[in-house]
Amino acid sequence: MAKKRYYFDYAATTPLDPKVLSVMLPYLKNKFGNPSNLYELGHQASQAVTQATKTIANILGCRPDEFVYTGSATEADNLAILGTARANKDKGNRIIISQVEHKGILAVCDILEKEGFEIVKLPVQKNGLVDLKRLEKELDEKTILVSITSADSETGTIQPIAEISKLIENFRKAHPPTPSPREGARDRSLSSIPFPPGEGLRGGAFLPYFHTDASQTAGYLDIKVDKLGVDLMILSAHKIYGPKGIGGLYVRRGTKLNPIIYGGGQGRLRSGTENVPAIVGFAEALRLSEKNKRTEIMRLKKLRDALEKGIFKSISKVVLNGHAIKRLPNFLNISILDIEGEAMLLYLDKLGIMVGTGSACNSQSLTPSTVLTALGNPYEYVHGSIRFSLGKENSMEDVKYVLKHFPDVVKKLRAISPLQLKMNQTDLISNPKAFIGNQTPHFLRKSRLGKSK
Amino acid sequence: MKKNAKKIKPDIVNKFTGDSWVYTKEVKEHFFKPKNILWENPKEAKYDAEGIVGSPACGDVMRVWLNINTKKDTIKDFKWRTFGCASAIAATSMLSVMITEKGGMKIDQALKIKPQDIMKRLGGLPDRKIHCSVLGDKALRAAINDWFKKTKQFSRIMVEGKEVIDPNTKTTEADIEEAVLEGATTLLAVQKRTKVAVGHPEYIPKVEELIRFYREKYFGPDKQ
Repeated sequence: MAKKRYYFDYAATTPLDPKVLSVMLPYLKNKFGNPSNLYELGHQASQAVTQATKTIANILGCRPDEFVYTGSATEADNLAILGTARANKDKGNRIIISQVEHKGILAVCDILEKEGFEIVKLPVQKNGLVDLKRLEKELDEKTILVSITSADSETGTIQPIAEISKLIENFRKAHPPTPSPREGARDRSLSSIPFPPGEGLRGGAFLPYFHTDASQTAGYLDIKVDKLGVDLMILSAHKIYGPKGIGGLYVRRGTKLNPIIYGGGQGRLRSGTENVPAIVGFAEALRLSEKNKRTEIMRLKKLRDALEKGIFKSISKVVLNGHAIKRLPNFLNISILDIEGEAMLLYLDKLGIMVGTGSACNSQSLTPSTVLTALGNPYEYVHGSIRFSLGKENSMEDVKYVLKHFPDVVKKLRAISPLQLKMNQTDLISNPKAFIGNQTPHFLRKSRLGKSK
Repeated sequence: MKKNAKKIKPDIVNKFTGDSWVYTKEVKEHFFKPKNILWENPKEAKYDAEGIVGSPACGDVMRVWLNINTKKDTIKDFKWRTFGCASAIAATSMLSVMITEKGGMKIDQALKIKPQDIMKRLGGLPDRKIHCSVLGDKALRAAINDWFKKTKQFSRIMVEGKEVIDPNTKTTEADIEEAVLEGATTLLAVQKRTKVAVGHPEYIPKVEELIRFYREKYFGPDKQ
């Protein structure tokens, strides 16, 4: 007999929708063909991929040939960043990202920094939003790429992607590409279509490119690429009740991009036999999530708000992380003072409640969450952070169950804790002296010395 | 420790790296049912000595209260509170049991408790969590030092390593201790982290000696 599960970690991953599974099954069983083969079995598979891509392209409002499948959202992020950086390094070496990007972007930018690229990490404000004025200042002629997440994966704070793309477009208009002597009349991108008057970006991609990570926003926000005005955008299937191991990258026509995986697929952005069942599942998952979007947003927002209200009512010294309003309807990230996130997580797990935390203790490197730290939170707040992310299986009953038990967990851990932090006294408490010999904390020291291991 | 990790289902899986670790039955027992916690705020002078180490910014703070049997020079009561993760809470709880079982440990013996002793009783901790049990013995020593100060037994006070080993890089003994704890167990690895004695070979013998000392302290004697 299975214990009832109270899963509140949909931002980490989601269960596979049975409808998605059922469309995948034939391709895991008898329709196993390789899409590259000409005989019937191969043709079947290739048609399935074509159909799936059409479905996705329809939802994104792009052409099917503008969408590339990858093995994960992380790979898609890598392809977007590495691919554009390497293909455009003769045009510039500056890449602007935000501090709240996914590790798939942060890590690859660290690599590029070593290769001589200049990485600008835009700070976010206390409410989690990227400062647009700062972005405007940072844009220059050497900038080849701007990458801002649609919503970060910890607080779910929604970034103004359409506004950012307008800002970038204004920059492009003010700095028209100059023909380089070697390339003659060709402009800075592959595409030589000039800006149609008043027609936005349609018709081609121009530097600096704009990339966004939409893996958390798919199913909740508009992901039409022209409305967002993005040149590159990644999606992840397993965040929208699709299978794991499949992600994808939208690449606007004319975007100059090098592959990061090479193989038999001449001219293709990603070689390797297509993961046919996963692709079919991905498309179905995206279709369903778009179909149910409106009702699911309303339902989850109601549940999340009830959870949020209940927690703030029954527990003292709680801080909301991220934006109070401009936030995905299924996200609730809070810091509970005086206690530590991993300890909370394990006590909740014992009750069947599954959540996420940004605490240092819960990460391999023992460093506190970069996103929560970027919001300007003192470390002691980050250590006590808990993320509830809601989804399909959650009901009001689940929320009530959490509200019934969570205050007791906090009470017990607070009884064990020697701390009694005061709200808004951050200047006094956040002086980070380490536990051994009154030194800087290990996670700060490592970053100072560079990653040596 | 590593053997355990293979046998048991992981408790925590990092969503970004997929890396996982496990807690033993003993860790869970002490984490979910901690022993010797100071539940109520103590009245003044209820405890003979008190010690605190750590910082909330770092994510771990331990506070220890002791009652001493002056005649026998043993620790009668060990009460504690800990802010931190499962291993930190379990390690302090286990330490409190080790000190108070069998009628209370001799102070001299308690001063000799090593993180490794606590870990052994817990059935091991994930490598990266060794820090947590290190805090336990430091908090205990802080409290015992408090006792020594109060009773004017100054000669017995233990000083934690603040000695500067390399004045050029201002590397202290504690820096080296922490580097070793973080897995830098060779001179090269420690130098990579602390830059100690880089370009100043005259400090190397002292550094090597300390590395050996802390390596053996935390990871057991070197195998020949």
